[in-house]
Amino acid sequence: MSIALEHVSYVYSPGTAYEKHALKDVSFEIPQGQFVGIIGHTGSGKSTLIQHLNGLVRATSGKVLYEGKNIYDEGYNMRALRSQVGLVFQYPEYQLFEVDVLSDVCFGPKNQGLSPEECEKNAREALELVGFPEKYYKQSPFELSGGQKRRVAIAGVLAMKPKVLILDEPTAGLDPKGRDEILDQVEKLHKETGMTVILVSHSMEDIARYVERIIVMNHGEKMLDGTPKEVFRHYKELEEVGLAAPQVTYVMHDLKERGFDVSPDATTIEEAADEIMRSFRG
Amino acid sequence: MPTEMIQAEKLIYEYDKRDEEGNIIGSERAIDGVDIDVPAGSFVAILGHNGSGKSTLAKHMNAILVPTGGTMWVDGRDTKDPDELWNVRQTAGMVFQNPDNQIIGTVVEEDVGFGPENLGVSTDEIWQRVEESLKAVGMLDRRKDSPNKLSGGQKQRVAIAGVLAMEPKCIVLDEPTAMLDPNGRKEVIRAVEELRKKKNVTVILITHYMEEVIEADQVFVMDDGHIVMHGTPREIFSRVDELKSYRMDVPQVTMLAEALRKRGLNLPKGILRREELVEALCQLR
Repeated sequence: MSIALEHVSYVYSPGTAYEKHALKDVSFEIPQGQFVGIIGHTGSGKSTLIQHLNGLVRATSGKVLYEGKNIYDEGYNMRALRSQVGLVFQYPEYQLFEVDVLSDVCFGPKNQGLSPEECEKNAREALELVGFPEKYYKQSPFELSGGQKRRVAIAGVLAMKPKVLILDEPTAGLDPKGRDEILDQVEKLHKETGMTVILVSHSMEDIARYVERIIVMNHGEKMLDGTPKEVFRHYKELEEVGLAAPQVTYVMHDLKERGFDVSPDATTIEEAADEIMRSFRG
Repeated sequence: MPTEMIQAEKLIYEYDKRDEEGNIIGSERAIDGVDIDVPAGSFVAILGHNGSGKSTLAKHMNAILVPTGGTMWVDGRDTKDPDELWNVRQTAGMVFQNPDNQIIGTVVEEDVGFGPENLGVSTDEIWQRVEESLKAVGMLDRRKDSPNKLSGGQKQRVAIAGVLAMEPKCIVLDEPTAMLDPNGRKEVIRAVEELRKKKNVTVILITHYMEEVIEADQVFVMDDGHIVMHGTPREIFSRVDELKSYRMDVPQVTMLAEALRKRGLNLPKGILRREELVEALCQLR
């Protein structure tokens, strides 16, 4: 029960002047139920990578294994894969199109061939999972706020009951409260359903707060792979590739330099505050 | 006669709400009685949640929208006066969220030259302005490149250069970093801060990133079409609970200082920068 990449490479326009290696020999395995963050600067290959996970883009070489089966094998059921590995694109609210919220969320399950009753049941469950209020189910999705639209778009993917949920920058453009609300909801979802969650984000602070493992991409290659503490220990290397550690990690490093007896590994506000208090108590 | 670069008095912007058939069913106030003063050469940040009215306010600063009530003056010109429209637009340039929607040229320098060319500036001067503007945002070495080859942060800096080349007195940036990675965000904010120091351009920055407003002279917080908070970054970020009630946040360093205060450390309020926090902690030791 996992999703894995084995030596995956992806080349754009091979054999032409525009040939570009978007992914180079990337391998990793994500066990069912893990909450993983993917970080990397713009153009590092993150989006290409996640599109391999549900077969939207086909690797030039290498394998993608879902639950142990190579998705490139002849006769592999890609359709089934796409409903099990749900992908929420950047700015997913641009993909809303139906007359009301409930119909929009029903679109996925309808395409899976479910009966209208089942579609509605799944759609209602999905909307509940993302904390969308029932009184707006019959409203046009276009009249909602940015944060609410995004919830509807995420519910549209959840209604297909995926086992793996991939979110490409789900908080881009939202206000701080909207960011927290969406990510808290995703975390709750992860805990309650045991779903694998793969989160692509530019916010190191968010990544540090929510995920248990981080994969760092740089120029199409996997550069680092580990727990937030392990990855952010390499903050200098991260800076060289246009990333950074969370701000609190820098504070901890500064304090250590100034002679405080603290471990610089803290990556969240809670951890940092606990560690600083511990050093004050001696 | 208003003397500030941007001055709004009891500004109201009302629009019609329509049903599916297009019949007017009521009206909505996106801005409801806003007073705001931005002195020339200053750096002002506007915060507010999605839908609070901050982008609508920004669009009044270069007459994309004109007030339905009250007045907006840009460098002393009333934006409602049709005769002043082009002067207003030339005074206040705008940079938007998505860099891909703002770049039209196939070569960086052509894109930057597009604005002054439309203003009827002479060819020699256009090239001079293009060079200066690209230099100001640190993109001169990419002048011959195709914008397609640039990162998000670089494209956004080219967009800023395009506005600069029109020599505005004031630049309004509406969430210029929302779509960028951490490095891109830093590049853009650094470029904006340079502009203000070296060219004395008035800067109005609208953002959802609290870290970006630390260097501002004044911060305004909007909610439901009103200005609900106003002060220096230190004053604003000292009021953590109030900010959170407006769906805003404080910089992570300020949050950490606040968490430590709650745990009993005697730290001052309104710590914004990493160095300040480290210094304050060293004092306590």
